[in-house]
Amino acid sequence: MSEDTVLDVRHLKTSFFSKKTELPVVDDVSFSVKKGETLAIVGESGSGKSMTSLSIMRLVPSPNGKIVGGEVFFNGKDLVQQNDKTMYKVRGNDISMIFQEPMTSLNPVYTIGEQIREQLIYHQKISKREAHQIGIEMLQTVGFSRANDIMKDYPHRLSGGMRQRVMIAMALSNNPKLLIADEPTTALDVTVQAQILDLMRKLSKEYDSAIILITHDLGVVAELAERVVVMYGGQVVEEASIEDIFDDPLHPYTEGLLNSIPKIEGTQERLDSIPGTVPTPDNLPVGCNFVTRCPYAMEICKQEEPTLIDKDSSRKVRCYLHEEGVKNHGQQHRSS
Amino acid sequence: MVNNIEVLERGPEKSTLEQEKILQIDNLKKHFPVKSGVLQRTKGHVRAVDGINFYIKKGESFGLVGESGCGKSTAGRTIMRLYEPTEGKITFDGEDISTQKERHLFKLRREMQMIFQDPFSSLNPRKTVGSMLVEPLKVHGLYKGSKERKEKCQEIMSRVGLNPSFLNRYPHEFSGGQRQRIGIARALVLEPKMIVADEPVSALDVSVQSQVLNLLDDLQVDFDLTYLFIAHDLSVVKHFSDRIGVMYLGNMAEVAEKTDLYDDPLHPYTQALLSAVPRSHPRERKRERILLEGELPSPANPPNGCVFHTRCPHVMDHCKEIEPKMQEVKPNHYVACHLYE
Repeated sequence: MSEDTVLDVRHLKTSFFSKKTELPVVDDVSFSVKKGETLAIVGESGSGKSMTSLSIMRLVPSPNGKIVGGEVFFNGKDLVQQNDKTMYKVRGNDISMIFQEPMTSLNPVYTIGEQIREQLIYHQKISKREAHQIGIEMLQTVGFSRANDIMKDYPHRLSGGMRQRVMIAMALSNNPKLLIADEPTTALDVTVQAQILDLMRKLSKEYDSAIILITHDLGVVAELAERVVVMYGGQVVEEASIEDIFDDPLHPYTEGLLNSIPKIEGTQERLDSIPGTVPTPDNLPVGCNFVTRCPYAMEICKQEEPTLIDKDSSRKVRCYLHEEGVKNHGQQHRSS
Repeated sequence: MVNNIEVLERGPEKSTLEQEKILQIDNLKKHFPVKSGVLQRTKGHVRAVDGINFYIKKGESFGLVGESGCGKSTAGRTIMRLYEPTEGKITFDGEDISTQKERHLFKLRREMQMIFQDPFSSLNPRKTVGSMLVEPLKVHGLYKGSKERKEKCQEIMSRVGLNPSFLNRYPHEFSGGQRQRIGIARALVLEPKMIVADEPVSALDVSVQSQVLNLLDDLQVDFDLTYLFIAHDLSVVKHFSDRIGVMYLGNMAEVAEKTDLYDDPLHPYTQALLSAVPRSHPRERKRERILLEGELPSPANPPNGCVFHTRCPHVMDHCKEIEPKMQEVKPNHYVACHLYE
C-alpha cells in the first residue's frame, strides 16, 4: 500500500443469506483509491455497486447481509475487523457518504442547522456556537447565499437540489479523507445535476478528498471521474482510466454499455443493445457472469469463471478474450 | 396566446400540412385548484399547463421535454383526456375532442393509447398478462371469438419480443424491461393511431433502455404509429424524436426539428438545458456551461411576463411585463422569446 492510497479494498466478499442459501452480492471485489482522486464505480441495478459501498462503511443490512471475506484498509486499519464504536467515529468523519435520495436522508423533524451541528459536535468535540459558525460557512461553500436562514429551515422547505447541497455540506464539514457518493444526482433535474457536479469537482480540489462515485450514468462518469471500475453480477469486470474506458473498452459488457446510450452529440439511426437482462444474484450463469448476453461468448466462458487479470499497470479486465492462450481463439470467434 | 395559431398555420405547404396533422393543440390549459380549510374552498390554481400550442404530423415522433414540474406529463394526460382541459382545443384526426363527453371518448380511447413510466405500478399484480391484453379487446368488441382474441394477444406478445406462452403469467414474474414490453403490448393490442409515451424508459437500466427504444422504433414502422414521447432525458429524446417541444413552467419555450433544436437552440432556457446535459466523452468536459441561477418558481404563482425571466441570463425590462408570443424565427423553428422580435 503506497503512501497516498486512502482506501484499499482487497477481495471483499459480501453475501445475503436466506433459508440457508448464500447469495453473493459482492464477489471478490478489489480496488484502491488515491488521495484527491475520483473513482467511479459503474454498473446497472443488481451489479453490487451500492452493496460494495455499504460494505466499506460497514452498513450492510443485518442480519441477512454479512461481509464474509476480504479486507478494507483505510488509514492502515482493516475496517472489516473494527468494532461498532470505532466505526461510529469513522463514519461521517473520515469517510462520509451522500445518498441518492436527498428527500429521505435528512430528518424531517429537525432543522438543517440542528442536523449540521449535531455531527460536528459529535466528531470534533466543539461548542454549539463554533459548530453553528462552521455550519454556516459550509452552507456558503456549497452555494447558499442566505446560509443563516437555511440553518433555521426544515428539510421540506428546500428543493431536491438544495437538499443535496445540504447533504454535501454536511458530508464535507468534517474534512473527510474519503467521500462516497451513491448516485448523488440521479433524483435531480439536469440543470441541477450540472450545479451539483460542478460543486463536487470544485470541492474535491479544494479539500483534496478522495471521491468514490457510484452511478449507472456514464454521462456523469465522463464529467467527473478519473478512474473507472465497472461492475457486473457482483464482480469487477474492468478497471481503467477514464480515457481508456471511453476510447478503448476491453470487456464486452463495457463496450455494450457504451454503445447502448444515446449520445447528445451527433445522431444514430439505431442503438446497439445488450440482449437479455441483468441476472439476479440467485440466477447467475455458470462460468462468466456475462456469458448469456455476450456477443463473443466462447466454450470456455460457459465452463469456467474468468479471473481479473492485469492488462497493464493501470488496466484490469475479467475476460477470456484478453487472456493469453485463449486470446487467439477469441479473436477467431470475433471475426467469424 | 390565441393568435399563435395563425403563426403555426402559416407557410405555403399549409394545405398538405393540414392533411398531415394528426393532432393539433391550441392554447391548451390545465389548472388544478388548490383547496384548503375546513370548507375546502379554492384558494388558487396550480397552472400546470398554461396555454401551449403545437401539432404532430402523422407517422412522426414528437418529443416533449422539460424538467420536473414543467407540465409535460400533465400535457400528455390532458391530451389523452385523462384530465379535463381547463381551456383550449385538442383536435385529433380532424375532430375536436376537448369538449366531448366521456361516452363519446370511447372511440378515442381505442385510437390513442398510453405507455406509462413505471412498469411496476402500471400493471395490475392480480391479473395475468393474458387477461390484461384481452380486456381491451372485449371492451371494444373486437375479435368476436375468444380463440381469435387469444391469437391476437399471442401475435402482439411475440411482436413486442415476449414469448406468447407467458400470457398465463403474472406481472411479478417479469423483469422491468419485460414489464415495459407488456405495457407496450397492452397499448398496441387495440391497434391505435397514436401512442402517448410518458417517460417509457426512464425506470429501466441502460442496457435494457436501448432495447425498448429500438422496439418502439420498429413498431412505429410496422403499425404506422405516431408518438408523443414525453421524457426528461435530452439524449434519449434527441435519439427518438423527429420534432421536439421544450416546456418550462407550463409554457412552451421552443418547438423545432430535432437537428435544428440541438445545433442551434434559440431560447435561453433551451440553451441552458442543453449545456447542462453530461457529454458522452470525458474530453468534452471542459466546455462552457450556462448555469441557471435560482430555483424553479412555483406554478401556483408563476412570474409575470415571460415565465423564465427570473432565471434568464439575457433578461430585459419588458420581459418582466409582456408575455412573449410564439413565433417562427426560422423555417419550422418556433420560439417564445423577446430576443427574437
